[in-house]
Amino acid sequence: MADQTTNSIAFVADGNIPESPPPATETGVVKWLRDNLFSNVTNSVLTIVSLYVIYLLLASTMPWMLNGVWNASSLAECREILAGKSGACFAVLTERWHQLLYGFKYPQATEESARILGGLLTAEGYWRPNLAFLLLIVAIAPVLFFDLPRKLLLFTAVYPFLAFWLIWGGTILAPLVALIGFVAAAYVFQTFGRGSFAVGFFGAVAAAFAVWIIGGALIPEGASENAMLTAVPSRDLGGYMLNMMLGVTCVSLSLPLGIVLALGRQSSMPLIKWICVIFIEFVRGVPLITLLFVASVMLAYFFPPESTVDLFLRVVIMITMFSAAYIAEVIRGGLAALPRGQYEAADSLGLDYPQAMRLIILPQAMKISIPGIVNVAVGLFKDTTLVSVISMFDLVGMIRGPILASTEWNGVYWELLGFAALVFFVVCYGISQYSQWLERRLATDHR
Amino acid sequence: MKKTVFLGAFTVAGLAAAAAAAGTMDDVKARGKLNCGVTTGLVGFAAPDANGEWKGFDVAVCRAVAAAVLGDASAVEFVPTTGKTRFTALASGEIDMLARNTTWTFSRDVDLKFEFTGVNYYDGQGFMVPKELGVSSAKELDGATVCIQTGTTTELNLADFFRSNNISYEPVPIETNAEAQQQYLAGACDVYTTDASGLAATRATFENPGDHVLLPEIISKEPLGPLVRHGDHEWGDVVRWTLNALISAEELGITSANIGEMSAGTNNPEINRILGTEGTLGEMLGLDAEWSKRAIAAGGNYGEIFAQNIGEETPIGLARGLNAQWTEGGLLYSPPFR
Repeated sequence: MADQTTNSIAFVADGNIPESPPPATETGVVKWLRDNLFSNVTNSVLTIVSLYVIYLLLASTMPWMLNGVWNASSLAECREILAGKSGACFAVLTERWHQLLYGFKYPQATEESARILGGLLTAEGYWRPNLAFLLLIVAIAPVLFFDLPRKLLLFTAVYPFLAFWLIWGGTILAPLVALIGFVAAAYVFQTFGRGSFAVGFFGAVAAAFAVWIIGGALIPEGASENAMLTAVPSRDLGGYMLNMMLGVTCVSLSLPLGIVLALGRQSSMPLIKWICVIFIEFVRGVPLITLLFVASVMLAYFFPPESTVDLFLRVVIMITMFSAAYIAEVIRGGLAALPRGQYEAADSLGLDYPQAMRLIILPQAMKISIPGIVNVAVGLFKDTTLVSVISMFDLVGMIRGPILASTEWNGVYWELLGFAALVFFVVCYGISQYSQWLERRLATDHR
Repeated sequence: MKKTVFLGAFTVAGLAAAAAAAGTMDDVKARGKLNCGVTTGLVGFAAPDANGEWKGFDVAVCRAVAAAVLGDASAVEFVPTTGKTRFTALASGEIDMLARNTTWTFSRDVDLKFEFTGVNYYDGQGFMVPKELGVSSAKELDGATVCIQTGTTTELNLADFFRSNNISYEPVPIETNAEAQQQYLAGACDVYTTDASGLAATRATFENPGDHVLLPEIISKEPLGPLVRHGDHEWGDVVRWTLNALISAEELGITSANIGEMSAGTNNPEINRILGTEGTLGEMLGLDAEWSKRAIAAGGNYGEIFAQNIGEETPIGLARGLNAQWTEGGLLYSPPFR
């Protein structure tokens, strides 16, 4: 003590040391690099090896990409332009992009095309699928993002008929009659469904069929020939458009069907239960490609010539059945994960079966099932390329068939398949990002 | 959409049951279109071009038949078929004829109940090897790895050939021609074997075609031709004699260029009979007198079609070889028009 008072200490700080910047190794990029890439010897080695591999990949692909030829009329001309250098022949994409996107037979607008809507548009042309695609985004938005006003769902309900008319063309009466049938069914269900679900349901089905049969008879013969939009047979659809159409139709049809199957499988009514079990187990036990072959080849034997059900519809039915069985199992997993108490709570509130399912069970079960459902949806979307084996010209079918078999472009693989991979990746990545957003949005638990 | 199509299917199913009974020719005429089965794409033989127009050697046969029967070479609905769907499409009546480089074999003719109406291309299985391998005959291929398409007759032919020559090989199974090209170029196999026309077409797409040689051995017979259903002989005759007319036209020197002046009448009675200025051949077939004139005018005679689609002037560059006229040492031999 005494020493201190007698100034025996050489130095006493009488203020704060001025702040100095952190050491260079503990800040900014350097710190990040040290922490994440070079934290110890093993990591450093791995980092260097990875960088080398990335370098190798880029060194071999970048010149190929950057040297790419975008303007040529054939592979031989591409090679002439490149003169021995490594380079891609993207000219095939410039020349055949419309075939890759729409198939090779979708009618294009020509000089002679009939003008409609006061000369604003042509009766045929790529604007039809393009517009259908844009409207799809509008129609699907209120379904995907439930913060949007609910009134928009009205457009979603009309959209399938509108899209059908835009893409297939022909008389507008056919989709109109179909729409009226559904409206009639909904009205009957609203009126009678309150009393008894069964009466409402079967009444709705009967009403719909009555409208379709009467309406179908009223559509004049040959109405499609001089319709505003030129009729396009299903065989002429193709390209990525076909993949999108199959993907969107099948996902949206198989989701409700999958829910019904999952509930049916849990049902206490033996007949319904066993029908669902057999359906699910049978369809899951058969490869999709087999179902597609049945759709395209076998069914032709059962119908008289020229009277088969539309090929697109046959394929949609098969793919929908297939993915519905998978979705049913995914949802069953969600149902099984719910505690028994939830079912009992619904019962104790006095809710009947449809109410309990709609208000309590399914919202929770669906939330649990989202990752699984998205998984099935992404898989299904990519499975639509399988239709190329039954000689439908989807994106992959166009590449494998007509484009690679043309004398000009035989031998161009990487460019075409890379393009296909890219467009599929965009959509599949979008679906997966949406599902992650949905999971965050629906997270109600406390972490 | 779904339900309207169902409705359509119900009504059409009723209506069409009656139509199916009539002959194929009447069906085609009533429809105003020929449903012709083609491949989903084979270089030179059938593929749609950038405008979606089908072009190729097999396609030309379809167009000639349409021109003969309907008077319009463009009145064809091309139905693309794969190797697996082609026969059911024909048997079920979805298509009227199949022109899809299909090999004429006993079992297809007899057991599958089809009728081959002639041969429009004589093919055979060959081998392609890189030049640097220094092989000049397929018999020197002992121990080679061979790229081979699975599930085809070429696979069986290959096994037979190597066994009968007492040499061994290692098969590299592949699914499509496109895959084969990649595997072969990447060096996964020493030899690629498929139909000689396919090999030539494949080699034509290589960056350096000169680095690869086709070996002289042809180890199988693959007569490719159009076919129709068994039992409808009137229709079979139309397809058969349309093809024969194209072949005879080359033999007799009728081309798409001179057909106009020749149809005014010539000194050669057979030309006159083909072009309908003499005799009643068209009537016998149930067609008009100018049927074969239209068929030839549609795409030219056999030689012109060959030269235009797969001949030596094209990137595919096939020589006539077996497909030359019999007068020039080939196998093309049309029965006389009499």
